[in-house]
Amino acid sequence: MSPLHPHSPDSHDIATLWWWMLLAAGIVFLGAVALLLIGWFRRGEPGLPFFGESERANLGLVITFGMGIPIVVLVALFIVSDLYVLGKTDAPTSNSTGLTVTVVGHQWWWEARYPAGGAVTANEIHIPARTPVNLLARTADVIHSFWVPELNRKIDMIPGQTNRIELYAEEAGTYRGQCAEFCGLQHAHMAFRVIAEPRPEFERWLSASERPARAPDGAEASEGRRVFMENACAGCHTIAGTPAQGTVGPDLTHLASRQTLAALTVPNDRRELGRWIRNPQEIKPGAKMPGLELSNAQFHAIVTYLAGLR
Amino acid sequence: MAVAVPEASRERLERLERIWREPPGVIGWITTTNHKRIGILYFFTALAFFAAGGVEALLIRTQLIGPNGTVLSPVEFNQVMTMHGVTMIFLFVIPMSAGAFGNYLLPLMIGARDMAFPRMNALSYWIYLCSGIFMYVSLLGGNAPNAGWFDYVPLASKTFSPGPGIDFYALGLLFNGISTLATAINFIVTIFKLRAPGMSLNRMPLFCFAFLAVSFALVFALPALNAALILLELDRLLGFHFYDVFRGGDTILWQNLFWIFGHPEVYIIILPAFGIATAIIPTFVRRRMVAFPLVALAEILVALIGFGVWAHHMFAVGLSTITTIYFAGVSLIIVIPSGIQLFSWITTIVTGTPRFKTPLLWIIGFIILFILGGLSGVMFAAIPFDQQLTDTYFVVAHFHYVIFGAAVFPLLGGMYYWFPKVTGRMYHERWGQASFWLTFVGMNVTFFPMHILGLDGMPRRDYTYSPGLGWTGLNLIESLGAYLLAAGLGMVVVNLLVSLFRGEPAGADPFGGDTLEWSTTSPPPEYNFPVIPTVSSPYPMWDEEDRERDAANLERGEKVLEQGHETPASTLVDAEWDEILEMPSGSPWPPLLALALAGVFALVLLKQWLAAAIFIALIALVLVAWHAKEPAEA
Repeated sequence: MSPLHPHSPDSHDIATLWWWMLLAAGIVFLGAVALLLIGWFRRGEPGLPFFGESERANLGLVITFGMGIPIVVLVALFIVSDLYVLGKTDAPTSNSTGLTVTVVGHQWWWEARYPAGGAVTANEIHIPARTPVNLLARTADVIHSFWVPELNRKIDMIPGQTNRIELYAEEAGTYRGQCAEFCGLQHAHMAFRVIAEPRPEFERWLSASERPARAPDGAEASEGRRVFMENACAGCHTIAGTPAQGTVGPDLTHLASRQTLAALTVPNDRRELGRWIRNPQEIKPGAKMPGLELSNAQFHAIVTYLAGLR
Repeated sequence: MAVAVPEASRERLERLERIWREPPGVIGWITTTNHKRIGILYFFTALAFFAAGGVEALLIRTQLIGPNGTVLSPVEFNQVMTMHGVTMIFLFVIPMSAGAFGNYLLPLMIGARDMAFPRMNALSYWIYLCSGIFMYVSLLGGNAPNAGWFDYVPLASKTFSPGPGIDFYALGLLFNGISTLATAINFIVTIFKLRAPGMSLNRMPLFCFAFLAVSFALVFALPALNAALILLELDRLLGFHFYDVFRGGDTILWQNLFWIFGHPEVYIIILPAFGIATAIIPTFVRRRMVAFPLVALAEILVALIGFGVWAHHMFAVGLSTITTIYFAGVSLIIVIPSGIQLFSWITTIVTGTPRFKTPLLWIIGFIILFILGGLSGVMFAAIPFDQQLTDTYFVVAHFHYVIFGAAVFPLLGGMYYWFPKVTGRMYHERWGQASFWLTFVGMNVTFFPMHILGLDGMPRRDYTYSPGLGWTGLNLIESLGAYLLAAGLGMVVVNLLVSLFRGEPAGADPFGGDTLEWSTTSPPPEYNFPVIPTVSSPYPMWDEEDRERDAANLERGEKVLEQGHETPASTLVDAEWDEILEMPSGSPWPPLLALALAGVFALVLLKQWLAAAIFIALIALVLVAWHAKEPAEA
């Protein structure tokens, strides 16, 4: 997840800006080191090469290198970066984008909402490739920062405030993102993926995500659904089409269609799902999800139920 | 000073000796008001906190040496990470530069016999010590602050940090701030009023200009921090809502207040280092500073413009575009006074005849590291780049080049440079140079890869990372570098400790220094100078006639002031002889006042309001005793 592997016009511009700044910085650094080296080679001789012991020349050197050249370079940097590139990469007006996604930061996971059709998911943000997406960044608790370096710069999620940024992927692919503002115990395990897909695939995903959860498939899954609804699970999680309407934890309506659990902490397979439900604190110490006192049978039933929520 | 002392001079010296003598042993150190003793107390205390902050840094690097590290739990990591920042900034760098170097050297450099307010100076030290202990008590109980050194709300609010950790942070820093503020005021008055007659402002050493700039910056920056902390504690202890956006408060208010303090703070941290550089360079390159007035002006300008750049810490917050552009512009402007200073140092070195002894090596290292840290800093004034790289390891690399490279390297160089003055003995030159190279290499191996790690997308303050993200190798290198760095710093300490007992006798002026501290014996007597020195340029030690006049004055009994515990005051700009000040003697009240204050802060933390009020009454009693008339001097 490097800002130097850009996959959007904005990221390209910022990466290019970096390389030019690096070049300029390199020249300044080498110039200064060269001067120091001259000082070392001429350590026995007072005065400057060519100019000799002239206080006017010394002062001229300080003014040229300390003021003159910096003023030119800094003005150029200001115009290029803070006027030109900044304007070019500014978030577009929301009506010029093809889609709006709201991302809400939580300690320590990401909620993604697609307001048009009501789809909700977590930690995996699907977008259509080659389409400007208007991303609204909000938080449910403390300050987080939404950052997918390959697609754009970061934007903080501030309580009571909605920030905007453009999300645009030049090609289909998976782009890693991570919370960039220290947000407490599990700041390190607050990652996410942006999954950019060709338009038709995205549309399929979106319409599937807008549907309520599948009915449990088989007796064990039905038992799992019952245990889920009767325990603390339903108080925190939503499964659309069921009585579970909690908003503390991630929406689980289509949990099985996601690739990872706990904000990219572990892969989403039966084994890890089981470990996560049985003892979340072992996988992600401090996470808001408690371990539950369940019998083995109840536990397997819940895993079967959730693993079926595609 | 003179070896063959005439009879009349000797009597005067003995009299000075008697008047200025402090009680022997521990009592003498506790009741001391002598700026040199206070400086030494500051030095060892700050060094102890440096060690604590260093151990915290090593714990962090050991945790991150490989992916999925288990040396620290996330709870422990966040506390250690926060305490590392708080310790290094508030308990090490500022107390070491202002408290130790400033206290010890300023009066010596301006030819004064003590600071303007010796008892307040002692109080500053004892408050600093108590506030440091106050904050470290939290770590022993496992309740240390854990929201990072800039402690953003609402993470730091009662809702998300219910434990007492943040209260230790806020009350500890308020407590600590009293000490820093008192020191700053003391420096300003000392510099303005206690300069030896003849040392007009344009003849004042650049070191003192740097401390003057720092002191003013502190006086104006600390109130913003104090306001932020008081509002935070009102929220946390009494249920106010200053920072609660859902009850009419403002989340970003904290960030504004904190950085209005926090960015000037950066210059507060490095300006004393600039001052040290301007003291060491002329001595070792054997010429006057190039562009002296420009450098003096630049030091003041940096402190001033530093107040107009704070929001560049907040470019990702979602401020309006025009606001970010303004702050980016000012952040670029502040590069210019830094550029002037930088090229003044370099030009002075190039045009002089440098002797590359240990202290100068540290300054050369400082110049190189400051250029690197400065260049990466300029990049953050490019708003889109800032928004991409802020809060990553690139920032961690940048500010360690600035704070460790540009602020701590001159402090280390300064330790070598003034070691002979303070102890009367020479350090070991070879080991000194070796310790520089080891530290310099260790510093770069630790912090340079962090630039790349940031460009590879690693956020700062992660307690761990997963394998497969491409961060493993660089983290390993950084951790190994940190051990190297620790070894280098260990070597500095060992060199100075061993030299303290075995070093060659240094004499008054082993390096041919240019400022007044070299005119007196090593270590200096309690009254600093037998004669208030004559000054006619910013390089008084190179004005040999003036020094001969001092010796003659001692013989004639002029400007000796051996009739009392006295130092002269001079006019603000031209430093003409103004009046003679009676200086206070040692006193047990400053440490007692600091203790009572510590009680107040501890009881507020425990919400014991009545007991806290009793302690406030105690403070009043101590203040009465403090100002009681002393028995006349024998």
